Amino acid sequence: MNAMISIENLKKVYNGVTVLNIPHLEIPTGQSFGLVGNNGAGKTTLFSLVLDLIAPNTGTVSNNGIIVNESEDWKRFTGAFMDESFLISYLTPEEYFYFIGELRGLNKSDVNEFLQQFTELFNGEILNKRKYIRDLSKGNQKKAGIVGALIGYPQVIILDEPFANLDPTTQYRLKDIIRKFTAEKNTTFLISSHDLSHTTEVCSRIVVLNKGEITKDIQTNTETLKELEAFFSKGILEDTRRGDSINAVPFSNRL
Amino acid sequence: MIKTFLSLEWKAFSRSASFKLNLALKIILGIIAAFYLVMILALGVSVFYMLKEKNLEPLSTVNKYLVYWWLLDLVIRYFLQKSPIMYVKPFLTLPIKKGKIVSFFLGKTAISFFNIYPAFFFLPFSIVLIVNGYPVMQVLSWHVAMLSLVFFNNYLNLLIDNLDRVFTAVLIVLVSFAVMQYYGWLDITIYSTPVFQAFYGYPILGFAMLLLPILLYRYCFSYFKNVLRTDEAVQPRLKEAQTENFTWLEKYGTLGTFLKNDIKLIIRNKRSKSTVLVSVLFLFYGILILTNKTHNSETWRLFAGLFITGGFLFTFGGYVPSWDSAYYPLLMSQNIRYKEYLTSKWWLIVIATFASMILASFYLFMGWKIYLAIIAAGIYNIGVNAHLVLLGGAYVKTPIDLAAGKKVFGDKKAFNVQTLLIALPKIVLPLLIFYIFYRNWNVTAGYLSVAILGILGLAFRNKMFRIIEHIYKKEKYATLAAYKQKN
Repeated sequence: MNAMISIENLKKVYNGVTVLNIPHLEIPTGQSFGLVGNNGAGKTTLFSLVLDLIAPNTGTVSNNGIIVNESEDWKRFTGAFMDESFLISYLTPEEYFYFIGELRGLNKSDVNEFLQQFTELFNGEILNKRKYIRDLSKGNQKKAGIVGALIGYPQVIILDEPFANLDPTTQYRLKDIIRKFTAEKNTTFLISSHDLSHTTEVCSRIVVLNKGEITKDIQTNTETLKELEAFFSKGILEDTRRGDSINAVPFSNRL
Repeated sequence: MIKTFLSLEWKAFSRSASFKLNLALKIILGIIAAFYLVMILALGVSVFYMLKEKNLEPLSTVNKYLVYWWLLDLVIRYFLQKSPIMYVKPFLTLPIKKGKIVSFFLGKTAISFFNIYPAFFFLPFSIVLIVNGYPVMQVLSWHVAMLSLVFFNNYLNLLIDNLDRVFTAVLIVLVSFAVMQYYGWLDITIYSTPVFQAFYGYPILGFAMLLLPILLYRYCFSYFKNVLRTDEAVQPRLKEAQTENFTWLEKYGTLGTFLKNDIKLIIRNKRSKSTVLVSVLFLFYGILILTNKTHNSETWRLFAGLFITGGFLFTFGGYVPSWDSAYYPLLMSQNIRYKEYLTSKWWLIVIATFASMILASFYLFMGWKIYLAIIAAGIYNIGVNAHLVLLGGAYVKTPIDLAAGKKVFGDKKAFNVQTLLIALPKIVLPLLIFYIFYRNWNVTAGYLSVAILGILGLAFRNKMFRIIEHIYKKEKYATLAAYKQKN
């Protein structure tokens, strides 16, 4: 397996604070790569660097051998949905899908055919509703954005917090779709999430970011969820033992 | 409470991303404002004696022209007075009475240069009147009436900004007055002078004028309070989506895809729609300037021609790529070449400029020489200016809120040194070239030189595009970061 995404010496500094520092990271083709971490850990920064939306201070990101800030060729086989700035609010969902489809060399009937597999996910709320994307609910906007990223089966798909804001049914369906894409199309997924159980279910490898550095890199197995839960609650448990946490201290002691 | 609001206002100002630019701009604006205030003050003190010297009755002479001031004041306010923006959403769920939020908002608009400058004229003028033996009560009544008009304009402008129907109504009234006045069908001063005179003659009338701003304030108050209640989110005014297909554009490949999107962008968003409407008004700019005898020289014709054909170019083109600011990250990560993206915008500008040239053929009625100037200017706009606006756009970096329909011209943030430098050759360069050839040879040579410059620009299109593309790439990260700051 060769590396789809490979990162060397990547560093991003804002106002003298290093928010991301990754000496080396390789993501092989066809891997579903989960990125977990607390707020401010650098997840979105990493994805923005991979998509060349921000410039690194040092180091490089290569996508299928193409250094992302030197050539634009990686855009042909990469799809992404980060946030609402990836949606065109004044289009209807269909028009949005056609727009992206056309950019990826698909005509209308190709796109329509592609969209059929998402009938369940859309739940009758997206297509043929004669509504602009700006008038859809937050959750439905997100569905449209995620599907937009999948159009044309790009080899690399980057999703930032795809499970947040979705209802439980849609979360399950989305997990199915991700599994299907990896199994059938050998798609490389980069998925960030706060939700440990979703991530462990769907990702074959999980990397934990903490304050911009990789602190854990595990191949998912039956024990992974427990391991992650232990990791993320560690600080809290220690605090409790030391008596730092106010909630842990009996009320009477506080008087 | 008001103290809290005020401190929030200050923080919003001093912590905004464009603070440094804001401050410099505010200092410059302050100096300009101070200059005008001194001039107005001098006029207020001296106008009485100046008119007296010419054996005119000062007050009735001033009254004769007041209607122009009043209407002009409204127009200037529309373009320059920014309606204050308050971010009310966070306050709505806090224990603050809605009335308080609205009255702070409305009160804030009262503290504006546009409400203060009239006092610099009317106060000294009224004092001079009283000193010269005009009855105090009557002068006071007249003064109160003027003050009322000032604040009436203030709140009317607020409504114009927020309510399309008020804007349309005021626009129709103003334009029809202006046209009638221009062609001498009607002299409004004949009707307005007695009205202004009555504020002096019948003090009760002058004081009654106070009702005007008070009633309008109450209307604004109830309107904005209502808006606060029926938030867009609570009562969505969903219009059924139009689904134009523009299938005829599909044969142009990626270019067609973008053009399709740009047309949808223009017709489905308030902000872009009003911009394009304004650009149509540019077509008639020539009537205004060329029917004026002093402005009917060949150079002025070319000047007018640049604006007549360049309406869309200047108003819409000047904000490329900001029109796409809301989804710029999408465009930057899709399979899009900058060149394709820019070419689509370029075509849009070129088509609109070309259409303006054809629509402007009604200027033929004013003489074929004028139309010749328009053609030459149009070619220059297509060949040179279309590239220059795209180049300037790389530096604009003002995110555009497509849903907001306000202030087509009002974005002061859009002014910075780079855009100004790039804006200069758009107008000054062709005029200069024209003037050189016109002086040394003749008019035809002048227009021809400008047109040839335009054709040269077209010939070097690919070279120009490479330069623009390079700059867009260089500015990419800064642009993305700037668009992220919606403020």
